[in-house]
Amino acid sequence: MTAAAILEIRDISKSFGAIKALTGVDFTLQRGEIHALCGENGAGKSTLMNIIAGIAQPDEGAIRLEGKYVTITSPSAAQRLGIGLVHQEIALCQDATVAENILMAAVNNRRAPLMNFRRLYADAQRIMDLLAPIPVETPVADLSISNQQLVEIAKALTLECRVLMLDEPTAALTETEAQRLFAIVRDLKARGISIIYISHRMAEIFSLCDRVTVFRDGRYVATDSIASVTPNDVVRKMVGREITQLYPQKLSPERRTDRPVLSVENLSYRQGSAGVSFTLRAGEILGVGGLIGAGRSEMVQTVCGLRPKVSGSVELNGEPVSIRTYSDAVRAGLVYLSEDRKASGLFLDLSVASNISALDLRKLTTPLGLLDRRAEAKQATDLVVRHGVRMSGLETQVSTLSGGNQQKVAIARLLSVGPKVVILDEPTRGVDVGAKVEIHRLLRDLAERGIGVIVISSELPELIGLSDRVLVIHEGAIVGELGADELTEEAIMLLASGLRQQRSNARQVQNVA
Amino acid sequence: MDAEIKASAPGLGGRNGLRLGSMREAGLIAIMLALCIAMTFASPHFLTWGNFRAMLMSFSIEGIVVVGMTILLIVGGIDLSVGSVVCFSMVVSGALFLMGLDPWTASLIGIGASALIGAVMGFFVTVIGLNHFITSLAAMVIVRGLCLVITKGTPLSLFTLPPGFKAIGQGSFGNVPYVIVIFVVVVAIFDFLLRRATAFRKVFYTGSNEKAAQFSGIKTKQVKFWVTVLCSTLAGFAGIIYMSRFGAATPTFGAGMELNIIAAAVIGGASLNGGSGTIFGAILGMALLSVVTSSLILLDVSVYWQDMIKGCILLAAVSIDHFLHRRKS
Repeated sequence: MTAAAILEIRDISKSFGAIKALTGVDFTLQRGEIHALCGENGAGKSTLMNIIAGIAQPDEGAIRLEGKYVTITSPSAAQRLGIGLVHQEIALCQDATVAENILMAAVNNRRAPLMNFRRLYADAQRIMDLLAPIPVETPVADLSISNQQLVEIAKALTLECRVLMLDEPTAALTETEAQRLFAIVRDLKARGISIIYISHRMAEIFSLCDRVTVFRDGRYVATDSIASVTPNDVVRKMVGREITQLYPQKLSPERRTDRPVLSVENLSYRQGSAGVSFTLRAGEILGVGGLIGAGRSEMVQTVCGLRPKVSGSVELNGEPVSIRTYSDAVRAGLVYLSEDRKASGLFLDLSVASNISALDLRKLTTPLGLLDRRAEAKQATDLVVRHGVRMSGLETQVSTLSGGNQQKVAIARLLSVGPKVVILDEPTRGVDVGAKVEIHRLLRDLAERGIGVIVISSELPELIGLSDRVLVIHEGAIVGELGADELTEEAIMLLASGLRQQRSNARQVQNVA
Repeated sequence: MDAEIKASAPGLGGRNGLRLGSMREAGLIAIMLALCIAMTFASPHFLTWGNFRAMLMSFSIEGIVVVGMTILLIVGGIDLSVGSVVCFSMVVSGALFLMGLDPWTASLIGIGASALIGAVMGFFVTVIGLNHFITSLAAMVIVRGLCLVITKGTPLSLFTLPPGFKAIGQGSFGNVPYVIVIFVVVVAIFDFLLRRATAFRKVFYTGSNEKAAQFSGIKTKQVKFWVTVLCSTLAGFAGIIYMSRFGAATPTFGAGMELNIIAAAVIGGASLNGGSGTIFGAILGMALLSVVTSSLILLDVSVYWQDMIKGCILLAAVSIDHFLHRRKS
């Protein structure tokens, strides 16, 4: 086993202050394999990546690269050893061209006082072409997120890397883009590059990787060949307990009703584009699928008054409502969870209690215009206790919570106004498996209490496991509607990619309802 | 700074949910106490009511401007024009008084004119979409120019102001000057409002994450606009007190004041990135700078050294802050 190992981690420990991030972990990467590294958030995956990439130094332990002991003191030392890391978050200079980004290290090391742009572009294009035909003179800001991700990978490849680490590379990608990335990763493997692949998504780990190592609470749990384990085994090792059911029970056919909670008629946010119509029924979770950029978020944001609408009408529980601003929507009982928790969801440097009260301050305001702190604390306690947010107190700063708990706080805020309909955009992005299960249960619980739930998700297993019905969006239009028994990844992808249309059918269904 | 440990019994005894700065305030008080004790031994003149009154007087009026600046910093803005606006308010009301208006009406117009400057800046920030730094930099220069135009470059002598008006800046309740009373009242009101009023909670939301605030239905542009207006209005109010105190309106008055004020707010915990800061902290920051200045004078340190030392204190305060934040994340 050791003979073929390119990278061996032995007994590495690392503490940050009083927190032990890693305790004596082992990890072996074989030459030319794709090795998945799994664990919940906080399990120590990123710390290990940072140590291998020279960003952090281990307190104890040894690293061997191709049999030789190495000390990786800095990112540039890691680069010299042929170790590349593609971070989860895209860190490119948005105003610089693709070429300048890809060859940043080379430019930095250049002795000559002037730039040689012709050579820069030629060199960069050669590397970029290995991945995708993206013109390297383009400013990075003009690229889609998925193409930016490819630029990140290209950047790592320029360093002639032998070991490539990918930290949740598909977090921001749609299914098709992810498939393209997988093909590229397999191609890199065929060229002899050894790959460490971090992901929460079991489906992609099982289709892409050769072996999987699981960490839990900063400790090594197990390494297995993918062929010898099931996704449930891996999840069980990650959370350290049995998760009997990944997704909650769906709505049973006998409890299904036709009573609409939300009806949207001919809604359009762009001049000249056809409007969309759909109905959300009481008790169901309605999934919304489609590629990123298909207009899913735009559609629901228009419903909620976060974007101006060109046409269309909205009815809540059969009553027409006029929604011009988001405040109108909140007042009517329609709330929205944005997809980017950090950028547009939470107030990270404020406390849990004040995050929860943001949506409806009026309710907590005394006649003198002061904030009723007792009511605020009570509301926060009620909502937070009900959803099992783990924290030390309501004054806890939200930035110190885990992704899953942050998301629960964001959802608690939506529930603070007693909504009739909640619309959630990628509610479990960047959330670990345990919290994900809890959020799914919570959503199902809401639906059972009669609150309408709409979930947008790019993760097909989630969409299929959670929804009672799925609408598929392609280029701003609803191209299909799939009932619980028709939900397969293939069916959704065929519609999402525009290969199949079935909306006329859906329209009939709707007219009946 | 002490995010975790607080309030297992939420709401009871715990401070406003937006507050994380009590450690810093305790730290500032400790530093100031240490400095005061040391100075008591170093100079017999330090621990006297006369000296304390002089120190309080020296920062009371600027302290009113600090209040506005702190709130503006919390919303994520900054205002470089406050020094010019203080002067503008003096010059406008002084000139109107000399034209025969009664001084109280003239003062109200002066404050109104200052608020208007704030509204214009607010317009450029929220409607046109410029940032606060550049907008207020331009306003600083333009308003200073206006002051020179109105006065034709020479100080307005206002010794004819009626005694009742001069009393604001010069009179006192027994031993306590009105100026200090006004300062304490303004600080108390805004400190309370900032901690407790719903309207000011929106300031924190907007400064902490403008997008998230919009997604919560908060009209962040309105919030930014009104805070900008408030900051200029308070600067105008301070200008009136200065006018009453000095009985004059000099067109160059207040130049460089903005730096002192921003420094005080930042030492007191306001972040230039928005989302955090307290009035109490900012006033402590201002007080610390004032104690230092007073000490340096009493110790006969050359004036030339004073600015340098103040700058170093600012740098130290911000560095400590940065270090604490980094360790946390």
